[in-house]
Amino acid sequence: MTTPTQSPDHDIHHARLDDVQGIEPSPVRPTSSRAQWLAGVGAIVLFAVLWQVLDLHLALAVSISYLLFLAAVYLVYRSAGGRRVGLDIIVRWLVYGAFTLAILPLISLLWTVISEGLPVAFSPSFWTEDMTGITGLDDQAYMEGTASLAGGAGHAIVGTLMITGAATLISVPIGMFTAIYLVEYGRNNRLSRGIRFMVDVMTGIPSIVAGLFAFALFVQILGPRDAKMGVAGAIALSVLMIPTVVRNSEEMLRIVPNELREASLALGVPKWRTIAKVVLPTAASGLASGITLAIARVIGETAPLLVAVGFARNWNLDMMTGPMNSLAVYTYDIFTKPLNPAIIDPSRERAWAAALLLVLIVVGLNLLARLIAKLFAPKSR
Amino acid sequence: MTAPPDEPRGDHDPTATSGSVATRPPDSPGTTRPKARATRRPGDVVFSGLSLASGLIILLILVLVAVFLIQQGWPAFTADSEEISGGEGFFGYIWPLVAGTVVASIIAMVVATPIAVGIALFVSHYAPRRIGVVIGFVVDLLAAVPSVVFGMWGLQTFAPQFVPLFGWLEDTLSFLPFFEDGSATGRTLMTASLVLAVMILPIITSVSREVFLQTPRLHEEAALALGATKWEMIRTAVIPFGTPGVIGGVMLGLGRALGETMAVTLILSPGAFTWNIIGSGNNTIPAEIALNFPEASGLRLAELIAAGLVLFVITLIVNLFARWIVAKRSEFSGAN
Repeated sequence: MTTPTQSPDHDIHHARLDDVQGIEPSPVRPTSSRAQWLAGVGAIVLFAVLWQVLDLHLALAVSISYLLFLAAVYLVYRSAGGRRVGLDIIVRWLVYGAFTLAILPLISLLWTVISEGLPVAFSPSFWTEDMTGITGLDDQAYMEGTASLAGGAGHAIVGTLMITGAATLISVPIGMFTAIYLVEYGRNNRLSRGIRFMVDVMTGIPSIVAGLFAFALFVQILGPRDAKMGVAGAIALSVLMIPTVVRNSEEMLRIVPNELREASLALGVPKWRTIAKVVLPTAASGLASGITLAIARVIGETAPLLVAVGFARNWNLDMMTGPMNSLAVYTYDIFTKPLNPAIIDPSRERAWAAALLLVLIVVGLNLLARLIAKLFAPKSR
Repeated sequence: MTAPPDEPRGDHDPTATSGSVATRPPDSPGTTRPKARATRRPGDVVFSGLSLASGLIILLILVLVAVFLIQQGWPAFTADSEEISGGEGFFGYIWPLVAGTVVASIIAMVVATPIAVGIALFVSHYAPRRIGVVIGFVVDLLAAVPSVVFGMWGLQTFAPQFVPLFGWLEDTLSFLPFFEDGSATGRTLMTASLVLAVMILPIITSVSREVFLQTPRLHEEAALALGATKWEMIRTAVIPFGTPGVIGGVMLGLGRALGETMAVTLILSPGAFTWNIIGSGNNTIPAEIALNFPEASGLRLAELIAAGLVLFVITLIVNLFARWIVAKRSEFSGAN
């Protein structure tokens, strides 16, 4: 069976380490872990010199010091402990480096959003006013200090809540009942495998395609002029939300112990009451947390709402007629099309404030989901 | 007292739940022989009907997505080629967008994959368990940030940082077609791709982390017992076990990058397709739709919807391929 060209995972079942492709055992000598920390201190000093004294770009200084650090550590450990130890240590620091590299954008992003958004995000007028009648002149007055920042995102906040709320109302029943079908009724028959496959496919639908679908649907019903409305946005978001709800709920229903179902059925309780009174309450915390995560996933979506709902500057509480606004679209709109093309700062402030609110909502929902899962977990175990 | 005939107790498929004793699933009507006490209560009928209907709605939605996109986009396929934007027919219109989308996504994938695998290894095999959980949460946070915020950050904070690098690339590597006129604003396909890379990191990381954590403990301990260093253990036990899963995760990330809209829309200053990735130019399908949709009408609308259809098909293929790879993994993972 085994040929030399086969992948190593077939070899490891019966191989000695020196049979494994690419590994040549060589002596390994004990090494101290102190050298790498010394090298680390050296790298930090080097970085400080490169950055402050030689005035290199921050990223360049970091890269140079990191690479030199890797080289130094490798050489030291190679000479002290052998080639394999050198390789081991370099991979360790590459892994640490990858982690740091991924954290940096997150920190930079959060810092930008908070520092740019904080001044405006919590002023009451930003929460209560809309953008009706606000022009570049108001922004000019604001920059000259003769007026406060005009307008706000009240209509967008309400729009986001309404559209996402409607999407939740559509998605949760469909998603939950589908999960119930998959777990309680379908039992891996052909239809349930088909549904599971389709849910997978649905997970991969790009958000803008979901928006185009909702728009096309309403064009079909109402014609292109009246197609943009809040309900269309809710349907677009549902397309994105349903698969998340199904998968999260399915997972949660699956881990409900079978003994509970069997005990209930053995007492003569009908199956539907068993599901409604035994299975669902047991899984309740997980289901709630999954739904919260699904809401968090769609509440920041811009593209589908941009396509299916459009922009509005004024309050529109009627989901059945005309464009509405939402925080994400508001952010995009005001960021890319400042009210006053010559004075973009006030518009940027509004955009970052709305972005900060969005991030807070999403992070808050994520934390809430964890909290729900933790606080209301079944107390049986 | 007869035992229920075909309800094997202990040995049925563990993924299938509760062998129901009192009622039978609605999809297997007892045509063969009448079974004892299989009363069907109205509540059961309603409940199972609702469940089945919801499942069918999902199938219906997916069909409708395809049907409506085809229907509304159809004029773009049949119109005269002069009437389509660019005047070279729908194919002439769509290929630069497809190329831009694919190039951006592939750069994002190539950049994100090693970093994501590194983080996944960090969480699964290097960090202490407690810290690993925290990091998992932080990476999930990265996934939760709305894409429009990524776009704004990419445009305002991230892109300007690249201007010196682009200048340097232009000076030193201009013999390559990818590095010609360096952009002075940083609003290039390269920047957009790097932001996409940040955005798809979480999905690749979480899939990789899951499969790495599933590596059979015995394989790992066997490698260590044979005298392997940690890296050799990872290389001989963890990576071979996890590779198919990682590939699946990478393909899922690619699918997400292909469909990602707002970040590219905001960062890129769009133009015709060019191999020069550090200058302005290029565009992706989702960005093209988002930029032009609000003002579009008539045939232009049909064009954009047809572009959306093309995007749908591309992501569908990539995702199906990803699922296929992930599903294949369970066949030869052997250990558990």
